[in-house]
Amino acid sequence: MIFKGRVWKFGDNIDTDAIIPARYLTTSDPQKLATHCMEDADPNFVSKMKQGDILLGGENFGCGSSREHAPIAIKAAGVSCVIAKSFARIFYRNSFNMGLPIFESRELVDAIEEGEEILVDSARGTITIARSNKTFKINPTPPFMEELIADGGLMKHIARKREKNEK
Amino acid sequence: MGNTITEKILLAHTKLKKICAGQLINARVDIALGNDVTAPIAINEFNKSGGKRVFNKNKVALVLDHFTPNKDINSAQQCKAVREFAMKQKITHFYEGGNVGVEHALLPELGIVLPGDLVIGADSHTCTYGALGAFATGVGSTDLAAAMLTGELWFKVPSSIKFIISGALKKWVSGKDLILHIIGRIGVDGALYKAMEFTGETVSRLSMADRLSMANMAIEAGAKNGIFAPDKITREYIRKKAKRDYKFFYSDTDAVYSDIIEIDAAKIEPQVAFPHLPSNVKGVSKAGRVKIDQSLIGSCTNGRIEDLRIAARILKNRKAATGVRLIIVPATPGIYQAALKEGLIEIFMKAGAIISPPSCGACLGGHMGILAAGEKAIATTNRNFVGRMGHPQSEVYLANPAVAAASAVLGRIASPEEL
Ligand code: SF4
Repeated sequence: MIFKGRVWKFGDNIDTDAIIPARYLTTSDPQKLATHCMEDADPNFVSKMKQGDILLGGENFGCGSSREHAPIAIKAAGVSCVIAKSFARIFYRNSFNMGLPIFESRELVDAIEEGEEILVDSARGTITIARSNKTFKINPTPPFMEELIADGGLMKHIARKREKNEK
Repeated sequence: MGNTITEKILLAHTKLKKICAGQLINARVDIALGNDVTAPIAINEFNKSGGKRVFNKNKVALVLDHFTPNKDINSAQQCKAVREFAMKQKITHFYEGGNVGVEHALLPELGIVLPGDLVIGADSHTCTYGALGAFATGVGSTDLAAAMLTGELWFKVPSSIKFIISGALKKWVSGKDLILHIIGRIGVDGALYKAMEFTGETVSRLSMADRLSMANMAIEAGAKNGIFAPDKITREYIRKKAKRDYKFFYSDTDAVYSDIIEIDAAKIEPQVAFPHLPSNVKGVSKAGRVKIDQSLIGSCTNGRIEDLRIAARILKNRKAATGVRLIIVPATPGIYQAALKEGLIEIFMKAGAIISPPSCGACLGGHMGILAAGEKAIATTNRNFVGRMGHPQSEVYLANPAVAAASAVLGRIASPEEL
């Protein structure tokens, strides 16, 4: 997969309450959730960003609650992928299970300014900053997780496995 | 090479012969939990993938606690969807209305989760049940859907950090203070992807209520699970509750840990976590003058009867300061009844408190206790993120029930010793 877009940079410990505040959890409609994406971290994020843009986080991105509404809101807002120094584990799990591409790269996050354009090549495991042509490595994804994404998420993965067993 | 209690419980739920940290496994699930926020998405996924029957109607728990009593039309719709699913699937452990309590207080109280279990819940504080010597971890809604369908889920076996806690606790210091201190020390990602195993002579004397509050906040250090070895306090706690078999697991003496951290409990005073991270802790004596608008005593961290008893000891014959809204939330109907019987509710009402029905409402800024811009609350809950209890410019300070009660009386963050 290849992603190209401008980056929006956030700090360490961006929690799920900042990504999608609990006051909006009375719905699970992706489009409604998307309108409040990142609201408590940056109230103008949704109006500023463009489809395909990339979210950047520091350490422990997505910490806090288990709400899948967080990756859902990010995906539905049109963010193509999330890159952070590290991810909170439930957010990490949720993203793979529902097919939101996420990548870890400490070096890139430290090296880049907000608004720069990058190119992510997940097959090659690289991220390139367009302006300087500098390239960074993505931490490798465990093979099982790659399988999940290739199958289109956990439920589709399970369905495929079940089909195989029935044959 | 030995295994930790976490590894052993996981191993017992697979067909494997050996297990080690870092391994990806598929494991059987004993209880799969969802609530009114996370279950609707899971049910949708379940239906979309052609699911007909849940793997076992006795092993799914659905608790409509977050926006109960229904806050608005949207939350009512969510509850309706879960209720219809629960009825159709004949789910045994379905709780709403007058039966509902905060899930992580309710499940242990009713004996639904037991030692040695593997529990997954689409709620991050599912880690609470580690207090019983179970492996319990929070997952997302899609995970819940998968577990409801297959009775299995994928896990990465976590490595463990062993905490050795020793020393006698000072007055007014509880499990809540120990865990706040630990999070303050290791940080909100200090145990990322790992298990936190709590051991030591202080731990062996801790009540189940204290253990539950500690395991509850393991996620606040980024951990996958928190866990205590079962002992006679565990046995006593589950003796009358358990209606099925359970098993005690223990770490081997030669188990491998990624880190061992020693804590001198005798040095710890009641802790306060300042906005906006649970790791931002100070001793209450160093809190300075922080005026508060609200004091919330409740939640899955500190809404148990033991917590209410402590609050009542402080609030008896005292009143909440003018301008402070004191909200008390018994975490379950059982706790509410016990508080009534013991006369605690009367003490609270005389102190000017609002008694909330068992609900998550105020804890997550859902309803029944929202903060306005610029307002400050002290709360016995577990998260003080930006906007957690209301307006993004409000502030939440985390503490134990004694500190929250004393602060309500004095109108500022205060130690019970100041009364
Ligand atoms: S009481 Fe608060 S932390 Fe506990 S389950 Fe409810 S919302 Fe979550």
